[in-house]
Amino acid sequence: MIELKGASYSYGRDALLHGLDLTLSPGSFHFLTGPSGAGKTTLLKLCYGELRPTEGVIELMGRDTRGLDRDGMARLRRRVGVVHQDCEFLDHLSLMENVALPLTVSGADTPERRDELTQLLAWVGLGHRAHAHPPELSGGERQRAALARAVITDPEVLIADEPTGNIDWEMSQRLLSLLAELNLMGKTVLVATHDLALIRASKPTVSARVLRLAGGSLQTAGAEL
Amino acid sequence: MTLIDILIGDRQADRVVPPAGQTAWLTVLPAAAMAFLAVFALALSLATGRLAERWDESLAQASTIRISAPADQADAQVDAVLSILAGTPGVATARALAAEEQATLLEPWLGPGLPLDRLPLPRLVEIVESDGFDAEGLRLRLQAEVPGAVLDDHTRWRQPMVEAASRLRSLGWTALLLIAGVLAAIVTLAAQAALAANVQVIRVLRLVGARDVYAVRAFTRRFTLRAVAGAATGTLLGMLAVALLPSAQVAGGFLTGLGFTGLSWLLPLLIPPFVGVIAFLATRRAAFRALARFE
Repeated sequence: MIELKGASYSYGRDALLHGLDLTLSPGSFHFLTGPSGAGKTTLLKLCYGELRPTEGVIELMGRDTRGLDRDGMARLRRRVGVVHQDCEFLDHLSLMENVALPLTVSGADTPERRDELTQLLAWVGLGHRAHAHPPELSGGERQRAALARAVITDPEVLIADEPTGNIDWEMSQRLLSLLAELNLMGKTVLVATHDLALIRASKPTVSARVLRLAGGSLQTAGAEL
Repeated sequence: MTLIDILIGDRQADRVVPPAGQTAWLTVLPAAAMAFLAVFALALSLATGRLAERWDESLAQASTIRISAPADQADAQVDAVLSILAGTPGVATARALAAEEQATLLEPWLGPGLPLDRLPLPRLVEIVESDGFDAEGLRLRLQAEVPGAVLDDHTRWRQPMVEAASRLRSLGWTALLLIAGVLAAIVTLAAQAALAANVQVIRVLRLVGARDVYAVRAFTRRFTLRAVAGAATGTLLGMLAVALLPSAQVAGGFLTGLGFTGLSWLLPLLIPPFVGVIAFLATRRAAFRALARFE
């Protein structure tokens, strides 16, 4: 699904990630944790192709990303849903139009998909906010809208970067349950978070592997969680 | 993406770019102003082209013989010159100008009512040329048979006038090229400003898997249509201004002949589509470059 083979990334001369090996197999659930500045966001960007490794190989859906141009990468990215902490939207579009954007840009915005869109908004609890604009939404609503946008194209992988960073505990739990539900539906999920309580709270619902990124290297976190 | 895509459009892609901001006026107003100027540059080019042709044609077929002689010999010398001209090949017609005609020619410079009969004016013979006119041969013959007669085939002052008109025409075309270049630069800057102001749009489009061409199409269509709208307005205003210039028949002179005639009134209508092509190419290039930098 997504595989990093000796992947490194440097910003200028400063190496942030060193020779990382990681395999996200289909249907797996991973948490990525680590201190601020450890490179969690950079690692996620490598995983969904926004950044290219300065060394090593990354395979997305079995394809080596090194030979792909920007258009080829854009097509692959449609198979990966992404949720950011700051979840950017187009403020002049309604929530429904924003969530439908991945369909719009891929030319897949058909009436049938519109029905699915309505169901999806209801699933994340935003059916009544379909015509609101992003500035009118609360933090929790924005996160759920971002999740809906990430999964509207039925991607195989879902990557979330600190999705609970700006929302309260109750809303975090709700978002976590949505992610767990997606995982049960067979999606591969990778969530970067510094919120260890959230990881602990997930234990009853998902079988997650926890990775810790520190000093540019990945380790499997264990009993301390 | 082609100009056809621009004309057809994509309603959903259009919605992706936020509604008009300051950058809209950065495109519309310069396009209107440049189109307005382009109409005048085009009118100048066409008018000077017509002028050069007219001067060249009318002066090329006419010559003048100036006869300076004492008053009591003037008529005899005029007759001698006309006699020579009657037997000269390439002379279609030749006639001596009457005193009234000479007075009319001098009136713009000396004013009306001057006693021209008391001035020692030379007599003038006007020649209309046809094929085979040999100015140099005639000049030599006059020199031998009528020493006071001097042939002026207008070459000396005709050539600089025609050259001046041709230069003006070139200046008009140069002005059109400069206008096109300036417009391309302005639209490029406006597009860059719009792209910089819409980084969030590009970031979101990238995030949801949009190909570069999708974002480029959305921005390019918006800017091309704005430029065409501005250019259409400027062109119509320019044509109106040219139409309101005094006509050459009323006021006379060169500048009043500045304008369009007949089918040439259709030429300014090419300016808006031409501006559209410039805006399309400039915005497309700016957008692709901005997206490449964004990576």
